[in-house]
Amino acid sequence: MTPQFLFFCLAIVAITAALGMLIARSPVSSALWLILNLFCVAGLYLTMNAQFLAVVQVLVYAGAIMVLFLFVIMLLNVAALPSVRDIDWRLGVGFVLGVALLAQLSYAIASSTDLMPAEVSLESTVATGSVEVVAKELFTRFAMPLEMIGVLLLAATIGAVLLARRVSPK
Amino acid sequence: MDLSTAYDALGADLQATLSLWLIVLGGLIVIVWDAFRERDALIPVFAGLILVGAIVWDLFQLTAEPATAFYGLIRTGGFAAFVNLLLEVSALCTIVLSVPYLKRIGKDYAEVYGLVLFAVSGMMLLGAANNLVTIFVGLETMSICLYIMAGLVREDEGGIESALKYFLLGAFSTGFFLYGIALLFGSTGSMYLAEIGHAASTSTSAMYWSGVGLLLVGFLFKVSAVPFHMWTPDVYQGAPTTLTGFMSTASKAAAFASLILVLFYAVPYEKWTLAVAVIATITMVLGNLVALSQRNVKRMLAYSSIAHAGYVLVGIVAGSAEGYAGALYYLLVYTLMNIGAFGVLALMEWDNESGRTQSLDSLAGMGYTRPFIGVAMGVFMFSLSGFPPFGGFLGKYAVFAPAIKAGYTWLVVVGVIASMVSAYYYLRVLYVLWMKDSTDPAAMSNDKRVALTVPASSTAVIGFCAVLLLVFGVYPEFLQMAVDFFSPSAVSIAP
Repeated sequence: MTPQFLFFCLAIVAITAALGMLIARSPVSSALWLILNLFCVAGLYLTMNAQFLAVVQVLVYAGAIMVLFLFVIMLLNVAALPSVRDIDWRLGVGFVLGVALLAQLSYAIASSTDLMPAEVSLESTVATGSVEVVAKELFTRFAMPLEMIGVLLLAATIGAVLLARRVSPK
Repeated sequence: MDLSTAYDALGADLQATLSLWLIVLGGLIVIVWDAFRERDALIPVFAGLILVGAIVWDLFQLTAEPATAFYGLIRTGGFAAFVNLLLEVSALCTIVLSVPYLKRIGKDYAEVYGLVLFAVSGMMLLGAANNLVTIFVGLETMSICLYIMAGLVREDEGGIESALKYFLLGAFSTGFFLYGIALLFGSTGSMYLAEIGHAASTSTSAMYWSGVGLLLVGFLFKVSAVPFHMWTPDVYQGAPTTLTGFMSTASKAAAFASLILVLFYAVPYEKWTLAVAVIATITMVLGNLVALSQRNVKRMLAYSSIAHAGYVLVGIVAGSAEGYAGALYYLLVYTLMNIGAFGVLALMEWDNESGRTQSLDSLAGMGYTRPFIGVAMGVFMFSLSGFPPFGGFLGKYAVFAPAIKAGYTWLVVVGVIASMVSAYYYLRVLYVLWMKDSTDPAAMSNDKRVALTVPASSTAVIGFCAVLLLVFGVYPEFLQMAVDFFSPSAVSIAP
């Protein structure tokens, strides 16, 4: 029962944070909402016993990518961004009700067809999410794609430098 | 799996995929070399030699038994070697043609050759994949390199626009693709194509078909089939011409090879054909009709490449061994035709202004001042429109005949009418080249025309493509070889 309870708590916070990101007036608070959202998703991974994924989520998304976001926001002239108009709370209530209805309908439709994912017991997922298991798969079975991702990242880096370099006079 | 034996197995697989690692290593050396000696004239020579080495290796692999390497992630042997050869030849021709061209437009960065090699390695992964992970990593490696090539000419607004457009739309298509992979994995529990196909042969769910649909969107974007073609004309027009030739041939060949593998192994036949047939129809019709009204030759060739994607899809719709082999063979012929045609265009781009716009009139009378180029362009244009003695005809026959056998006569009728329409705009290029007076006021002045030099290396590559087209037009050995890739014995290899 506890994991399900945790799941719903985290999911609600994650959705709230995502909404907060969308309707926040300042880009900086948008970014902060996004961080909250990313942390909640990391927590969701934890409830599914994917510890490694959770750590990576925090390190890569909440860490590296968010720093990049904040840098871009700071570099932009925030005052020059178009101002957001006030949100009508009645619209907000309507939106929430609409989402609730949509969720209910899609649940009803999904459960009547074969779209619902099969139930997986938590015990069976314990063995798949740890660092050891992931690393073993990554460096044996998926060693080749892993190496190629190195090539991909190198190509992207070179491309960024190539495109950003000063235009040389002919 | 046992860790103590895992690395021995990986080491043995390194040998089985030698050409791939040769090209990756070559790319790395090019990058480091350029860091120490910028714009060294030997770098493209080195990159070319690496590709020649890979070509020689894959020629020997053509007759090898099909197998898989790296825990079944990638296939080796016949089919893979065929696709690899196609990609390597395309890259080699591109590099040779690019050296004088990039120098002329002042973009002779050696990194470009490194990126071409990296792109080829990604394409080789994509075209020989046996697993969705391999497909995705290959697709992304290829795409990233192509985005950079598209944006190489930064001074040109069209170039920037094309790169940005390509990047944004490509990112969206990648998103669709990845979501499709996730759904396929979720519904079948495997990333291996053959296992997915096995799971799908017993029962398919709505989740599975959503995954297949999203995967198809990603592929059709990369091959620029019609509802997903919007980026193609702008990107082909804005990118440096020789690299456009590379994009339009190698990336399409790799994406089509991968699409063939996915449809052949992972999707039950009857269900998807009608959808792909409809897409093939509108691709052929729209590509050819819009190409009719283009004034810019590069843009016209971009729409023609959309139309050719439609012809290849006709072969895939047939769904038989002959159909898939026909599609592969068509890709081979199409690669030679388009590399050659873009190579000729690159030679005729004599200054940045009207060269970049490359209107038809600027080509007027070139056939007489440069007869070799004029004749070669004649071969490419006749072949693109599918006239009998050239490779294009046999290619079209190879994709249309299996489709008739599979009962898609209406599709073939559309295809034949579309290619008859296409003859108009291909032959118009020849008309302008040979029959229009070069003193046309819209044409270039004569001193600029004289200043246009044709390097021997470019002549060799263009001649090579033209001669091979003639050979493939009368000698269908490769077609038969491609049919064998889909024979029951070759197909039965385990994932």
